Amino acid sequence: MASTRPTSPGKRTMLNEPLISARGSVGRVGYALPRDDIPERDQARDLPAELCREALDDFPEVSEGEVVRHFTRLSQWNMSAATTLYPLGSCTMKYNPVVNEYMARLPGLAQLHPLTPDDQAQGALTLLAELERCLAEISGMDAISLQPAAGAQGELTGMKLIRAYHQDRATARKKVLIPASAHGTNPASAALCGYDVVQVATGSDGMLSADEVAKCTDTEVAALMVTNPNTLGLFEREILQITDVLHAHGALVYMDGANLNALMGVAKPGHMSTDVIQFNLHKTFSTPHGGGGPGAGPVGVKKILEPYLPIPRIVHKNDTYSWSDAAPQSIGRVRSFYGNFGILVRAYAYILAMGGDGLTHATRMAILNANYLRKRLESVYTLATHEPCMHECVFSDRSFQQTGIKTLDIAKRLLDYGFYAPTIYFPLVVSGALMIEPTETETKETLDEFAEALLAIAREITDQPDLLKQAPFTTPVSRLDETRAARRPVLRWSRAPDS
Amino acid sequence: MRYIPHTEHDIQAMLAVLGVDSVEDLIRHLPENLRQNASLKLAPGLAESEITKRLTAFAEQQTGYGPEQSFLGAGAYAHLVPVVVDQIVQRAEFATAYTPYQPEVSQGTLQVIFEFQSLVASLLGLEVANASMYDGASASAEAVLMTKRILPKRSRVLIARSLHPQYRQVIQTYLDGFPGLSLVELGWDETGQLEPAALAQHLDERVCGVVVGYPNVFGVIEDIAAIGRSAQDAGALTLSVTSESVALGILKSPGELGADIAVAEGQSLGIPLSYGGPGLGLFACRSRYVRNMPGRLVGETVDQDGRNGFVLTLATREQHIRRERATSNICTNHGLCALAATVFLCLLGKQGLHELALRNVKNSHYLAEVLQQAAGVQPRFPSPFFNECVLTVPHARSVWARLKEQGVIAGLVLEDWYADLRDCLLVCATEIHTREALERFGQRLRQAVA
Repeated sequence: MASTRPTSPGKRTMLNEPLISARGSVGRVGYALPRDDIPERDQARDLPAELCREALDDFPEVSEGEVVRHFTRLSQWNMSAATTLYPLGSCTMKYNPVVNEYMARLPGLAQLHPLTPDDQAQGALTLLAELERCLAEISGMDAISLQPAAGAQGELTGMKLIRAYHQDRATARKKVLIPASAHGTNPASAALCGYDVVQVATGSDGMLSADEVAKCTDTEVAALMVTNPNTLGLFEREILQITDVLHAHGALVYMDGANLNALMGVAKPGHMSTDVIQFNLHKTFSTPHGGGGPGAGPVGVKKILEPYLPIPRIVHKNDTYSWSDAAPQSIGRVRSFYGNFGILVRAYAYILAMGGDGLTHATRMAILNANYLRKRLESVYTLATHEPCMHECVFSDRSFQQTGIKTLDIAKRLLDYGFYAPTIYFPLVVSGALMIEPTETETKETLDEFAEALLAIAREITDQPDLLKQAPFTTPVSRLDETRAARRPVLRWSRAPDS
Repeated sequence: MRYIPHTEHDIQAMLAVLGVDSVEDLIRHLPENLRQNASLKLAPGLAESEITKRLTAFAEQQTGYGPEQSFLGAGAYAHLVPVVVDQIVQRAEFATAYTPYQPEVSQGTLQVIFEFQSLVASLLGLEVANASMYDGASASAEAVLMTKRILPKRSRVLIARSLHPQYRQVIQTYLDGFPGLSLVELGWDETGQLEPAALAQHLDERVCGVVVGYPNVFGVIEDIAAIGRSAQDAGALTLSVTSESVALGILKSPGELGADIAVAEGQSLGIPLSYGGPGLGLFACRSRYVRNMPGRLVGETVDQDGRNGFVLTLATREQHIRRERATSNICTNHGLCALAATVFLCLLGKQGLHELALRNVKNSHYLAEVLQQAAGVQPRFPSPFFNECVLTVPHARSVWARLKEQGVIAGLVLEDWYADLRDCLLVCATEIHTREALERFGQRLRQAVA
């Protein structure tokens, strides 16, 4: 319970662990090749010496045991979703089912070469085709490509599809509308497709209005990129009117599916006149975030965009699945082979485990958890908006701005209470934002502990402000000097960079 | 539902705090027509044992061919992976964390990435490496865009046709719509290397980069040093692309040979084939270009008490700060695959990686020799190669099909990728192949061409 958490400066107890390059000894190896039973060969004839490099001097020389100890120790320096509540807003840090890890490692899947002839990869192809069908059903879209490697690559793919669509209609549209509250990947993806980004203001309620969108929309606009629920955790109330405005001008609607965890079985993006959406399988579909990937970012489209989907596509003929490059209007390939298959397997296993009712329940409980936390905190922290929230809630720094305490201090102090921090300073439209997404897999007890911690911190703001400014105290290191890191970058363990 | 903890009692208690009667009340503000048509027509949820049964059935549909009987490479390589790699990757503290936004409780991930950057920079022979990209192909595309950022007045990229075709396709996709940058493809000569005359003809002041495979898709080891010199004379950058990273355990590093940017697919470094993904994009460059780099970087610093520690740094290049002016849209990268590669490279170390590379050279050259005992089979390109090579095989397609019936995947029918390379097989051997497997392939091939 909260009362047992450290509330004063404690002792940092973690063991020091030097860089692996500081461990080991000359000649030590942690690996052995199988017996070499091939007849002796003249190596210099196979590969002339002038092509060969000097020894990899920077490389470690360590035993297997040293490697295990090094990385096991390092792992203990991480907080993770498995070890604590990890309420990063917009990241959907839900429980990652263990069975999915086993499924992705089945030898027939994990050791399958991507160029295996299609007739010998029917299991993998069937799995992928079924996952496509599931994602189409959940989103209300017509066709799916599983190829993009991550959400941002899904966005890039989606915007390429939109561009190809307009090019086919010989309309040179140059602008993409993006709300001020959007993730940075939205404008970056649009720019990568050669579009000019036009920022659309969000109202004081945190919402996009059809009137504001209409003001920005003309025949130069290729698309709107909209996140729904948006990054304040609000369902865009005027979404149907907004998508109408775009379509009336011949523009398309891209929906950022980062927050799909709020919509399963509750509302389908396809029914909101969305033309293309990306799925973040590492968020909504429970695949582990991996300390920063790999994720997977499939895209779903309406029929009008299907001809442009990346190649290869899965086709089904005579009871057999195969890959096809026969799509003359396709935008091409966005990565090698077919997608992050190992991640797709995990997401499919998750959907199987949940079923339609389970996914719907997940969304409802995610909404319940976010609303519950919001209620428990709203009397002490200032809500960014009073509109009803979906799967996440956002607070501003208004309640403590005058005290000199910053959102960053609150986040750091939470670490002392044993919780990872929420997303901070995002969305940009909220002053000093604290964006909390508990997800459906957290218990009421954990939410209560987390709320108690934040309430205790709110008391510390008045009682012991210096404690907050110095926090965290219980972590392996104290606050790190980021300015120094950027001013004189040290990005590797060898000599100082460049000569 | 076993992943969701809420009991009916919990739900009622929470609703009471919220002052509403039902969960439905929390979503009543959504348009009614959306809510009414949202039900999911999916099968009911399954127990763990049922999921295992279902997926095992899929997995077993394709295990008829053991990896030893497959001689496929062509951008994805079967290698032995010490079990320690997967054991560390499965540590939930690594696997279920996310981007290290709070460095004080993410030092594990951050130090791993710093070590990864160090190893990759060393492997590629350049000063700076980033925290990873999705795969070799998208890393190549990002590198091409980077040459344009460094030389904004230039408008062309020369690209070897012998670069893996999927990489070329991805580069093309990224370039479509990117203003002021076009691709010019250059052919190969009789050795399978980039044709020097074509390079000389097209290298001029309009060119920002020259992109070449190292080794290229034929397994041929390109002369990066010569290409680099020509590019430098024309003021252009040299971009080297490696799809088999184990090759860099023995070949001179791209940086040492004069590449300005080097990218690679890191799948060979401890990451399962997994039907082609997730892989791992390695990305390194000279440090003077670091501010033009895509992707995340981890840097060393100190905490308030002077202890060493690590943080994400130079983030002003990135989308969450710079938005539409960012160097890339990449956000989530392939962190856990970078961990796998780091553990793999540490286990092998200086000596192990060299020995592994040597074994690949030996096995593949023995295979090439054995296969050439078959009538009419000979190397297509008389050049040094690493662990795969192109062989001319009479009636290659039907020979390949005959071997497939016998349980051997005789590499790739290269005509599928290059219409002008008829009757050629691209075959690969690594340390997973025993002498017996190599000789069995040879014997089957002799019978098939006879």
